Amino acid sequence: MHRYEKIWLTASTVIIIGFMLIIGYQAFALDMGPPSGQETIDPQNVEEHPPFDDTGIHQIGENEYEVVMTLQIFSFDPMELEFPEGSTVHFTLTSKDVVHGFQIAGTNVNAMITPGHVTTISHTFDEPGEYLVVCNEYCGAGHELMATEITIK
Amino acid sequence: MMTKATKEKITMKETRENIKSWSQERPGDALLSKWYMIVSFIALLVGGTLGLLQGLNRAGLFELPSWFSYYQVLTSHGLLLILVFTAFFTIGYFYAGLSYTLGGLLPKVKKLGWIAFFTKVFGFVIAVVPILMNEATVLYTFYPPMAASVWFYIGLVFIVLGVWMSAAGAFISVANWRKNNKGQILPILSFFATGVFVLLTFSSAFVATEVFMIIPWVLGWVDTINVMLSRTFFWAFGHTLVNIWYLTAISAWYVMMPKIIGGRRFSDTLTRVVIVLLVILNIPGGFHHQIIDPGISEPIKYMHAYMSLAVGFPSLMTAYAMFHIMERAGRLKGGKGLFGWFTKLPWKDARFLALFIAMAAFVVGGAGGLVQTMHQLNQVVHNTLWVVGHFHVTLGMTVALTFFGVSYWLIPHLSGRILTKQMNKLALFTTILWTIGMTVMSVAMHLVGLLGSPRRTSFTNYAENATALSWDPYLIFLAIGGTVLMLAVLLQVYIVFHLMFRAPKGVEEFPIGEVEENASPTPYWTEKWGKWIVIMLLVIAMGYVIPVVDMIVDAPPGSPPFRTW
Repeated sequence: MHRYEKIWLTASTVIIIGFMLIIGYQAFALDMGPPSGQETIDPQNVEEHPPFDDTGIHQIGENEYEVVMTLQIFSFDPMELEFPEGSTVHFTLTSKDVVHGFQIAGTNVNAMITPGHVTTISHTFDEPGEYLVVCNEYCGAGHELMATEITIK
Repeated sequence: MMTKATKEKITMKETRENIKSWSQERPGDALLSKWYMIVSFIALLVGGTLGLLQGLNRAGLFELPSWFSYYQVLTSHGLLLILVFTAFFTIGYFYAGLSYTLGGLLPKVKKLGWIAFFTKVFGFVIAVVPILMNEATVLYTFYPPMAASVWFYIGLVFIVLGVWMSAAGAFISVANWRKNNKGQILPILSFFATGVFVLLTFSSAFVATEVFMIIPWVLGWVDTINVMLSRTFFWAFGHTLVNIWYLTAISAWYVMMPKIIGGRRFSDTLTRVVIVLLVILNIPGGFHHQIIDPGISEPIKYMHAYMSLAVGFPSLMTAYAMFHIMERAGRLKGGKGLFGWFTKLPWKDARFLALFIAMAAFVVGGAGGLVQTMHQLNQVVHNTLWVVGHFHVTLGMTVALTFFGVSYWLIPHLSGRILTKQMNKLALFTTILWTIGMTVMSVAMHLVGLLGSPRRTSFTNYAENATALSWDPYLIFLAIGGTVLMLAVLLQVYIVFHLMFRAPKGVEEFPIGEVEENASPTPYWTEKWGKWIVIMLLVIAMGYVIPVVDMIVDAPPGSPPFRTW
């Protein structure tokens, strides 16, 4: 094997292992892992299961909120959320029908919502403004209409 | 005594005569590959046209009629380009390669090739009719619990059966050759074919399992389906499919490119190591499509990020090998200095230019791919147009341009015609046009995806939302890129049919590169496909047993079928 090739392959190995160490450190030490909710639910009886029997915004601390939300064609329940600046919001989400996506444009909030599973994802809104929330997984004929807004004041 | 030069000349002449006799002596083999190519490029024409419609619609410039919605167009576009264009090209190309390098297809292999051809065409027709009737608007990923007409899934079953038959034909060819050439190393192109068909066989087993979960559910024999399990099986197939095209594309880079540029191949042993690594490491990579899914634990996702990144290693080896081949060839032609060799490459040969741009695109596409395998970055871009931009760079440029580059010699070779100077010029123009169109489109897609614009979404401003309105300027570039691409598609399809039926008769070379002069012989352990398959199965088991058992044992109550379109 040529010397240059050895250098190249060594560098490749170092880069790939370096990537692994960084994402592992971020996921497990800094708690920046991807949304991976492990709870399950009967997708045909979502309303009967807590917490989804009481969807909406629940304040759980100073500047800290839990949003219990269901996704269904082609809407979110609840819609049009509003929080004060600097709020930390924990979203608890599930689907009543098909696979949906939950994405807040301009943030790192992006998760799949699959029926039968409960997705949890959190975000701290430090900037005031209107955030666009979209379903980013094709869910049917009205998929492009499935959106709402989060207002931070 | 014969000098080395005359010896080489004689071998060259013999090879020439062999080439000549190939499509004449075995017209049946050539005909089979030609039909695969015809279907492939018709799919490109139709699928490309649908792509243009989408680009125009997404930019808000064109309203699709209610009887043919954006999502129907998207389902057909995906199916035609992801399954038909690529699969038919791959099989036609490798069957030609098997025939050429192993000395002809056995009659039963040819028969299998034809049965596979008709089974797949039949499957596609059955799958496409419900799409056109708006009975299967589920996109090519058909995630349950969306449920299409049962005919859509039955069509998919036939497609998979066809794939398995074509794979069986390839395996029979290889086994037969090995029986008659004991202890010898399989010709490199057939070695690539073996890798590709091994991957095709095992990855389509996953999608077959998924489809057999779906069919009884759609028919109402069972009430519910395990959504997460079906998604997982889909991506075990879906992601591997991507790498099957990639492995097909690099076969042309490793084997044909050196001959086209007047150089020698890269180390034969290392080439085979790259192939084996790509086969072994591939299938668990599918999980990185599910990094932000619920129901899969973080440690499992982390392990899969590792397994996905591992595929980066053989790709980086390939990057080195390609520049090594090009530099050697350039210096052989008198290129001096650090970059002098670069100018000596045959830039005016369309067979090379298309391949070179394909490789350059893979530098970008491969880097984007690494980004997407990583947890945190994946979360930023998942299901945005970034991803669409990514696979238009990889599939749309790396793979498609390689296929174009191959078509410029393979099709005339099969039809007993030649690529004339004029056609070469047109092919150069097409390659450049395609590159411009795809670059404009995919750069815009990457950028607007980073801003959050979702993929798979018909034109919308989300009720004049300011954020969504700020995406519009980028989306215009989708339409511009798409229009340029459409012109390139038309030219490419014209070139293909011209080379197939109209070009002057003659012998176009089937360019197979030779190993370097002082190359050491390839060790026989590379041939142990049985061993490679066992290791591959172990790696698949490592990746899938725990999460799949989890998904079955801890499954939530299943979902009934939905029709939401």
